[in-house]
Amino acid sequence: MEIFLQQLVNGLTIGSIYALVALGYTMVYGVLKLINFAHGDLVALSAYIGLVILMQLAGVLSPALLILITFISTMVITAIGGIVLERAAYRPLRRAPRLSAVVSALGASMVIENGIMLIWGPMPKIYPASVVPNINFDLHGVYISLMQILVLVISLVLMVALYLFVNRTKLGTAMRACAIDQDAARLMGIDVDKVIVTTFVIGSALGAVGGLFIGMYYRGITFNMGWIYGLNAFVAAIIGGIGNIPGAMLGGMLLGIFNAFISGYISSSWSMALTYVLLIIIMIFRPTGILGERVAEKV
Amino acid sequence: MSSDKLLVVEDLFVSYGSIEAVKGISFSVNRGELVTILGANGAGKTTTMRTISGLIKAKSGSIRYKNIELTSMPAHKIVALGISQAPEGRRVFGTLTVEENLFLGAYTKEKLNKKVLSWIYELFPRLKERKNQLAGTLSGGEQQMLAIGRALMSEPELLLLDEPSLGLAPVLVKTIFDTIKQIKEEGTTILLVEQNAKAALKLADRGYVLEVGKIVMEGTSKELISSPKIQEAYLGKKKAG
Ligand SMILES: Nc1ncnc2c1ncn2[C@@H]1O[C@H](COP(=O)(O)OP(=O)(O)OP(=O)(O)O)[C@@H](O)[C@H]1O
Ligand SMILES: [Mg+2]
Repeated sequence: MEIFLQQLVNGLTIGSIYALVALGYTMVYGVLKLINFAHGDLVALSAYIGLVILMQLAGVLSPALLILITFISTMVITAIGGIVLERAAYRPLRRAPRLSAVVSALGASMVIENGIMLIWGPMPKIYPASVVPNINFDLHGVYISLMQILVLVISLVLMVALYLFVNRTKLGTAMRACAIDQDAARLMGIDVDKVIVTTFVIGSALGAVGGLFIGMYYRGITFNMGWIYGLNAFVAAIIGGIGNIPGAMLGGMLLGIFNAFISGYISSSWSMALTYVLLIIIMIFRPTGILGERVAEKV
Repeated sequence: MSSDKLLVVEDLFVSYGSIEAVKGISFSVNRGELVTILGANGAGKTTTMRTISGLIKAKSGSIRYKNIELTSMPAHKIVALGISQAPEGRRVFGTLTVEENLFLGAYTKEKLNKKVLSWIYELFPRLKERKNQLAGTLSGGEQQMLAIGRALMSEPELLLLDEPSLGLAPVLVKTIFDTIKQIKEEGTTILLVEQNAKAALKLADRGYVLEVGKIVMEGTSKELISSPKIQEAYLGKKKAG
């Protein structure tokens, strides 16, 4: 029972990170029907940017302020990265055949990944220990660290905020409308370009939080980590139903918990392989993912 | 006289790649009028409407609304100027509720005008009953009501309606046309595209007939109804004698 609960805590932590990154894939897919392969690399870039900011400000600020400033500035910089990515790699191809956009996405992914390597080198970088004080709480034999609590709470707050934004605000409703029918959205007076940029901004900023959590929780970051974490998050988005926002949250959590149980009960070396077994099983029974993208009436 | 002209289209050409869909048409709509464009399948009616709304770019020619050139303006700005459209095929947002669809219709407005909303619910009581239902689960007729209601939410001065009667049962066609009449009487200028020439001409002040991208005839509704060519081709009447 203790192993079960312990792995559940670990799984929810990893799952939150997957979910944050998965949201970026799913939101862009929802609006553009495009898989933004560069999203994972933007997440990697955010981990590096966050590290630079942390190192610059460490010792100058109190821990709480340091974390706050690091998060906000990394989110802003990564969001700008998302805007640049959309302008440079996707907007010029908006009316081009689908395959061109896919190739452009892969190209952008490689540019960012190699850019990181050129700037920071091919060797892993290590986040300083205990950016978040290393405190563990013992709940009857189940340990939860302050870092884990931070991940869970911040992720939950961000996801609730996103849910409210998408479902309760005018711009959020416009975003859902653009995902259904862009021309009809234009006829409502919606500036579709602006909505698309907003989607990239939100997806990238959430991805930046994911990237920072990866750095602070696992500590080791590498220039090609975008592929590994990106792929997992992408799988999470598909499991939940690509294009569906609650789906990405659910898929991330499920995949995190699934991976944690494999590590706990089998061996972490099986987690990648079994992740794909899970994906295949879900695709067989629910080809559109668990919360599936509800089929739009007419394209 | 010319100050009455709300919309003036001049020598408009529109093409899809190498296919010319609209080949130099000119027409105008006066303030307060209901003007109809008639034409068979593929005549270029929808293309014309989409070009006015800014969804497609004209190849050449001009579209002026209150003397403002629209041809190089993005679609969302055209809505803000006061032109809205209920497009062919309704295009309601199926996975949003009826009310969310209506709210999106008022997207260009700073604040939602409650009076307009209740007026639309008066025009279409069924929409009020179903306001929390997903738009995709409405019947075809109800979706058409929603498409028109949604277009009215921005309080347009010029309303574009592209085949509002398409695919509806005769009873519903009558309901929709009665409502269009009511909308006109409340002061909205309307450009109506229809294949149902009889119903459209009954309502319209003037009309244009479009054939393969060109305007082949124009006149007041009376003139068009009594024209033998229209009677034969669009009103299904045999030539006398
Ligand atoms: N997206 C497109 N790509 C290429 N050709 C198109 C496209 N849309 C329309 N066309 C062509 O342009 C011409 C005019 O089409 P349009 O839809 O404007 O006709 P319409 O008068 O609205 O017809 P209907 O009564 O069937 O709705 C047709 O020949 C059509 O095949
Ligand atoms: Mg048409």
